[in-house]
Amino acid sequence: MKTFNELRKNLKKDYSGLKSLRVAVLGDTSTQFLVQALRGAGFDHMLDLKIWEADFDQIENQVYDPSSDLYNYNPEVIIIFHSTHKLLGRFNKLSSQDYKLFAQTQLAAVSAMHEQLTSTLSAKIIYYNYNEINDAVFGSYSAKTESSFIFQLRKLNYELMLFSLNTPNFYLCDLSTIQNQSGKADFFQPSIYINSEMALSLAVLPQVANRTLDIIDALNGKSKKCLILDLDNTVWGGIIGDDGIENIQIGYLGIGKAFTELQQWVKKLKNRGIIICVCSKNTESIAKEPFLNHPDMVLKLEDISVFVANWDNKVDNISGMQSVLNIGFDSMVFLDDNPFERNMVRENIPGITVPELPEDPAEYLDYLYSLNLFETISFSKEDEERTKSYQVEAERNLLKKSFDKEEGFLESLEMVSLVEAFNKFNTPRVVQLSQRSNQFNLRTIRYTEPDIEQIINSTDHTSFTFTLEDKFGSNGLIAVVILKAEDEGILFIDSWFMSCRVLKRTMEKFILNVITAAAKEKGFKFLKGEYMPTAKNAIVKDHYSILGFRKDKEFWYLNIDEFQMQETFIKVKEGSSYL
Amino acid sequence: MHMERNELLKQINDIFIDVLDNPEISLTENTNADDIEEWDSLTHIQLVVEIEKYFSMRFTAMEIQSWATVGEMINCIAAKTV
Repeated sequence: MKTFNELRKNLKKDYSGLKSLRVAVLGDTSTQFLVQALRGAGFDHMLDLKIWEADFDQIENQVYDPSSDLYNYNPEVIIIFHSTHKLLGRFNKLSSQDYKLFAQTQLAAVSAMHEQLTSTLSAKIIYYNYNEINDAVFGSYSAKTESSFIFQLRKLNYELMLFSLNTPNFYLCDLSTIQNQSGKADFFQPSIYINSEMALSLAVLPQVANRTLDIIDALNGKSKKCLILDLDNTVWGGIIGDDGIENIQIGYLGIGKAFTELQQWVKKLKNRGIIICVCSKNTESIAKEPFLNHPDMVLKLEDISVFVANWDNKVDNISGMQSVLNIGFDSMVFLDDNPFERNMVRENIPGITVPELPEDPAEYLDYLYSLNLFETISFSKEDEERTKSYQVEAERNLLKKSFDKEEGFLESLEMVSLVEAFNKFNTPRVVQLSQRSNQFNLRTIRYTEPDIEQIINSTDHTSFTFTLEDKFGSNGLIAVVILKAEDEGILFIDSWFMSCRVLKRTMEKFILNVITAAAKEKGFKFLKGEYMPTAKNAIVKDHYSILGFRKDKEFWYLNIDEFQMQETFIKVKEGSSYL
Repeated sequence: MHMERNELLKQINDIFIDVLDNPEISLTENTNADDIEEWDSLTHIQLVVEIEKYFSMRFTAMEIQSWATVGEMINCIAAKTV
């Protein structure tokens, strides 16, 4: 990670061409260096953060004055940093009978502030939780004493998590974990605090800035989706081809423990929806043997979505995986103990993340924790089932090979789609799909839960969600269309995004049939579409042209009366309701 | 002793150039914050931290406040390196 001094040098670089974002930073201690670190780290995240910084200790004044600079700035992201030092200061001023109520009072203040902000702004809020200070008034007994500061601080951190759980657009940046990882001595420098009112040391600022940027990246739909593992000396100790299954190191003895714990971590990532793949220079049957027969292996073959073991180079193998999985290289992480392989992959696959694993496997896991590779802003049922769906996709690919013609294959899949408007059950998945779809996304508008609620309650909008199921199983909810009524019989396609897992299944044509029928039913004459190019959505550049829309200036139009139903192999599933 | 102070001055000069991102800086023992545009209360903090890191030492809160000139800074570093 870059030092603060290096981040500060980024400030003189050329930010043109980077995605810009209006960010407000409010703190109760001096935040100038934090702002510099955020903007500097933003450059490395390819973001041009336009930061408005509140004056020193003006959080409440800005939030509760509707005509304040904060509201005039209309930020897209608001970062609020209440420091533990000031928190302790407030606690110190209480009379002793109020100590026990401290966490609740503080939470109520945060909640009121959130309500005030979101009544006029639609910004996402990132709130820093509290790094721990134990004032040593009770020693360890403070954990048994409700009126101690550390008891109240920990309770507040816990209450903040509960609050965040139930509050869309309110995200916690985990300063407490950052202090745990860096140590209090590196987190806070008393002499600097005395001289400058800075509650964060220069040493820890890059960590804080990068963890904040991780959340902003996730809000922008940038997150890691896939972990690719080397095997020998990465997933187990030793070389399976040379040492044999009895001699590889794994289990609860010696260095084997380090590999077992790494596997347990990978398993948890798999359970939370990260796609796990294997890319190993090995003979396939030998590489698979531990997964099948070693009693101490935590990872099993069913945890692995794509298993590649051969003697080809890893760059080609990972490119192959990318085409099966249909996700960007920038959403992949590659773990390998061998520096040569790491460099080769890093240099030849742009965007892929390749952690510089420590030499000692005992240190793998703590190092990986410190990188915070898998930031996210949502978690849903689909995530838990993702491994299965990618394995099913592999089965489909096998069937496909047995047909000469695409049509025969598609017909044999017996595909159906459940079509529904937005509702409270599908909202979390709609939000998630909008955040994650980068390629098949015509206008790349990202939605949050409150946005979706607004659309549900709007009379101008019509929403559609589509699932895709076939004889192998369900892909879940994979496409969303949002239509907005304009004047003169025109229905504008405000959003159209789809998971790339279901490309080439005639889903686009099916969707067009459905939305055109709905538009006709409502008496509209034209569908109007727009393609807004991004770095990633070239795949839908000709989308409207292929579907028979005609271009007029920057928009595409389809005459509904002249529309001919498109040929598709998907049927509307029973239970659908969208008209 | 005199040689050592010159050596310290040279090392501090390099740190100033790096932190303030100005290759023109040429410090003397009498240089103070008024002489260098980029040297303000904020960059002073950064200079302190970089000097601490370079010499593997910590200054007290009072020391950080007390320096009026580069010479006084060197007094402080020299006292800690004995």
